Amino acid sequence: MSDKMISFVRTEMLPEQTPPSSQVGAMRWVRENLFSGPVNTLLTLLGIAVLYFLAVHLGPWFKNSIWNADSLAECREILAGQSGACWGVIKDRWHQLIFGFYPAEEYWRPTITFFLMLVAIAPVLFGGLPRKMMWFSAIFPALAFWLLWGGSIWYSVFAMLGFVVAYVAFRALQQVSGVVAVVGAVVAAVIWWLLLAGPLGDLVASVVPVALPYIRSDDFGGFMISIIIGVTGIALSLPIGILLALGRQSDMPLVRWICVGFIEFIRGVPLITLLFTASLLLNYFLPPGTNFDIILRVIIMVTLFAAAYMAEVVRGGFAALPRGQYEAADALGLDYWKAQRLILLPQALKISIPGIVNTFIGLFKDTTLVVFIGILDPIGLSNAIRADSNWNGIIWELYAFIALCFFLFCFGMSRYSQYLEGKLKTDHR
Amino acid sequence: MATSSEIPGASFRLSMLIYDTRYRSITIQIVFLFLFMAGFAWLVDNTLTNLAEKGKDIDFSFLGMRAGYDINQRLVDYTNDSSHLRAWIVGLLNTLVLAFCACVTATVIGVIAGVLRLSKNWIVSKLMTVYVELFRNVPLLLWIIVIFAVLTEVTPAPNAFRGETPSASMLLFDSVAVTNRGTYIPSLLFGRSLGDVNLGLITVSTNYFILLLVLIGSIWGYRKLQSDALKQQEATGIRPTTWWKSLLILTLPLTIALMAMGAHLEYPALKGFNFQGGGYIRNSFIAMWLALTVYTGAFIAENVRSGILAVSRGQSEAAFALGLRPGRTMSLVVLPQALRVIIPPLISQYLNITKNTSLALAVGYMDLRATLGGITLNQTGRELESMLLMMLTYLVISLVISGGMNVYNSAVKLKER
Repeated sequence: MSDKMISFVRTEMLPEQTPPSSQVGAMRWVRENLFSGPVNTLLTLLGIAVLYFLAVHLGPWFKNSIWNADSLAECREILAGQSGACWGVIKDRWHQLIFGFYPAEEYWRPTITFFLMLVAIAPVLFGGLPRKMMWFSAIFPALAFWLLWGGSIWYSVFAMLGFVVAYVAFRALQQVSGVVAVVGAVVAAVIWWLLLAGPLGDLVASVVPVALPYIRSDDFGGFMISIIIGVTGIALSLPIGILLALGRQSDMPLVRWICVGFIEFIRGVPLITLLFTASLLLNYFLPPGTNFDIILRVIIMVTLFAAAYMAEVVRGGFAALPRGQYEAADALGLDYWKAQRLILLPQALKISIPGIVNTFIGLFKDTTLVVFIGILDPIGLSNAIRADSNWNGIIWELYAFIALCFFLFCFGMSRYSQYLEGKLKTDHR
Repeated sequence: MATSSEIPGASFRLSMLIYDTRYRSITIQIVFLFLFMAGFAWLVDNTLTNLAEKGKDIDFSFLGMRAGYDINQRLVDYTNDSSHLRAWIVGLLNTLVLAFCACVTATVIGVIAGVLRLSKNWIVSKLMTVYVELFRNVPLLLWIIVIFAVLTEVTPAPNAFRGETPSASMLLFDSVAVTNRGTYIPSLLFGRSLGDVNLGLITVSTNYFILLLVLIGSIWGYRKLQSDALKQQEATGIRPTTWWKSLLILTLPLTIALMAMGAHLEYPALKGFNFQGGGYIRNSFIAMWLALTVYTGAFIAENVRSGILAVSRGQSEAAFALGLRPGRTMSLVVLPQALRVIIPPLISQYLNITKNTSLALAVGYMDLRATLGGITLNQTGRELESMLLMMLTYLVISLVISGGMNVYNSAVKLKER
């Protein structure tokens, strides 16, 4: 009886259907990411319109690029009225954009310096390399100075020996007291640099002359000068910035006030005014008759400028540390410097890596401002190149090349900071 | 019961100045102060010696003397007979106007780019990423020069607008002309002008003053309307319709005021070799404005993005669980919390804009640095005084902005235990 009640029961599964074409593969992706709603569709269409606009206006310009031309007139002849980039100017003048008016037969010196710089920076940037390479990084500044400016090698050597003198003095006096040793080391090094290094350099140079032709600072230019100022500023501004940050949150009111005053002053004025101070006013502040190198002045100002920003970034890192870290360091009985060096600074610096690298990038970009005080950085040189009758009227190619170079440097730095952040990450998320 | 904490026989010895932590900080501070003062005295002494050697002194009376140079962009009256002090003010106002305009537009661009970079739309988010990375990683100076070059090289000359079939045409219903000499826009004229009021240093147009008052009154009325509506909604649960009232409150008084003063637009027209009438914005200003906008906009976009990402996912998930639509989730839940993170870096971007206006040197915009720190400095030969005044001016502007930031920060700070 009940058999008749059951109308129909399926005994086997239906074959699985393929999903609708709009729900798989590229179609689904397009629907979900590009046309999921009216606003989204509008944005997509706008985006495509922008891309189309760029392609129409810049496409032919890139497509008709001309690399082999000795003047703008020749370029225009080849192009015959069409739109096209004349990269011939880069091919013709790339050495000037990179080296400025550095003598052509000495180009090997900045080139070698650049590659040595990479070697010197490598152990600082990447932990996997042998620590012994740090020794090369330590002597690199003196070596670079000698290679770039030339003159006798002995001045660089004796300048570096000042650090050895300081170390020897420190070890000798360490038995007496830590403070005395530090003061003694500083005094010994200063005496060495001011009184002994110069005459000794002269003496040895007259006996064993090892020298390169001397190049004046006026001949420096192009990306070389950007990199010199940028790298020196970066290397110097970090330690000074850290010291300023420590000073700013010190318990000693006098130290704190002076640091706050310095930081706020530097951060409150544009870099241009500081650079003008370096070029116009510095002679007022120094003893009569002193006249020191314009590149050195700029480096000092750029360093001070970046250091003030660095101080704020590092202070942010310190502020983000939990109070317990300070208390733990105190509870372990560490003194101030040990607590900073072993407990607080490593954590604070790790937190502030993005800010620090942003400051570095800012500093590197700000090196372009030196054009205002007559140093021929790439932008200054682009004007100089245009002053040549062959290339009079060329604009975009030069700017595009300069922008590309800056982009590569700065983008590389920001990528490195992301790598470093990932490497130092200790939280388990 | 000898619980004295004093160390027996601990009389003061000189070495305690270094080894005893109670005294060491005082020693360090005194040494530090001594070194600082010595350094400072050394600088001052050098400066005085150098000045004496050059036969100069420190004297600010040059500010009262006749400037003798023209400033092609000015907000207040200035002729070359005016004093250096007035040139300083003209430059300062130019700096402030540029900074203000750039702050406003950079914020708009930055917020849009930052939000769009987080969009699910692949094309848009990638375009915004390219925009942000491109502008953040290339120096501002280069952008200023490039944009200035675009404005002067790509835009048509005024005579391209001439003739039966001109090769260039004016934008926005024949009201705006973009030329290689600058941009000509319509200007607002008043048929029944109320005249100007001279306040000593600056002249204030009564017309604009009244318009400003009317606008402030309208905004006050609008806010009153909104708060009344909110009160009623809280009391009865029904929100009264306000949109047409707010529209009326915001537009009607302004329209009446404009009509009462006989306001009309004067359009630029090609006469002779150039456009006449209307308003004229120089390319130097536009180039600075655009460059500061797009450059700082990229930075602000990153601040906005990180601010939005800083709001934990649980917040927006909770809002969705309550049934709020994405738009209201953004405006009611995410943005108020993100703002607390966004505002401090945003203000420091405003500071950067203000300081970066000094790059106007590259395009010849007459800002503070070009007047006081440029022509005045060169004409009078008073480097020390001019630079000092210029730095102080920038410093005051910066301190005012960062002071505002501190006030805001303490106002929105999470109230903790």
